[in-house]
Amino acid sequence: MSIDILLLLGAALFCIGLAVVVTRKNAIAVLIGIELMLNAANLNLVAFSRFDGDQLQGQIFALFVITVAAAEAAVALAIVVKVYQHFNTADLDQINELKG
Amino acid sequence: MEIANIIFYAFIGITLISALFIMLTKNILYSAFALIATFLGMAGIFVLLGAEFVAITQILVYVGGILILIVFGIMLTNRGKTTKVDTKIYHKFYGILIATGFFYLLARGISTADFGGMAWMTNSNSSPSSIRHLGMKVMTDYVLVFEVIGILLLIALIGAIRIAGHTREEVEHVD
Repeated sequence: MSIDILLLLGAALFCIGLAVVVTRKNAIAVLIGIELMLNAANLNLVAFSRFDGDQLQGQIFALFVITVAAAEAAVALAIVVKVYQHFNTADLDQINELKG
Repeated sequence: MEIANIIFYAFIGITLISALFIMLTKNILYSAFALIATFLGMAGIFVLLGAEFVAITQILVYVGGILILIVFGIMLTNRGKTTKVDTKIYHKFYGILIATGFFYLLARGISTADFGGMAWMTNSNSSPSSIRHLGMKVMTDYVLVFEVIGILLLIALIGAIRIAGHTREEVEHVD
């Protein structure tokens, strides 16, 4: 397995995540796209870490990325649920007031 | 073609097809389930790359945690309106144009850089990494980052509970 195909897979996943983020207006669908983009970055880190001898920096960094992604998802979903209670919609175009 | 290569390409296929399904489907619940398949395929690729611990963490955190959170979020934000949880796809042309353009740029960059032919990559002795080695690294060289990330997770979870929990008094009379 060469590294190029892994990098291409990472790029493809990142672009699919970007397309999901751009084309959807539901807050949760946008969040799904962001998770996909974070995971694509992880794939690159792990792929390079394989060729890194015994340093393992890429894998450790991937672990930290996963942790931060978990924290981000928890906070983002809490905000989405709260916004839905306030505005009665999760459509990002209709949430356009700042003052609650 | 040895068996490991076949499994490797099978995992790549699972990942790509389910990721494309996320982009094409309108139902958010379907895309959440397709995200599970994507994460599992990537966990398989991680195992084949010698990153077993990252793969296990991926399954535990993403499939076991974040996906459940997303499904809860879908459940809590689609109450009573309709039976379907559809979302429209807006700006389909421009979105796909931007994504394919960016992919073309990245693919050109990857093929031009030619990482596979670099010296440190061809000379690398890709020894099968052990989880023991990873644990020693995390607990010695990266222990400060490890503690900081733990505190970050704690703060984020407390914040999430504070935001999504019971309604605050100062907000209640505004509603």
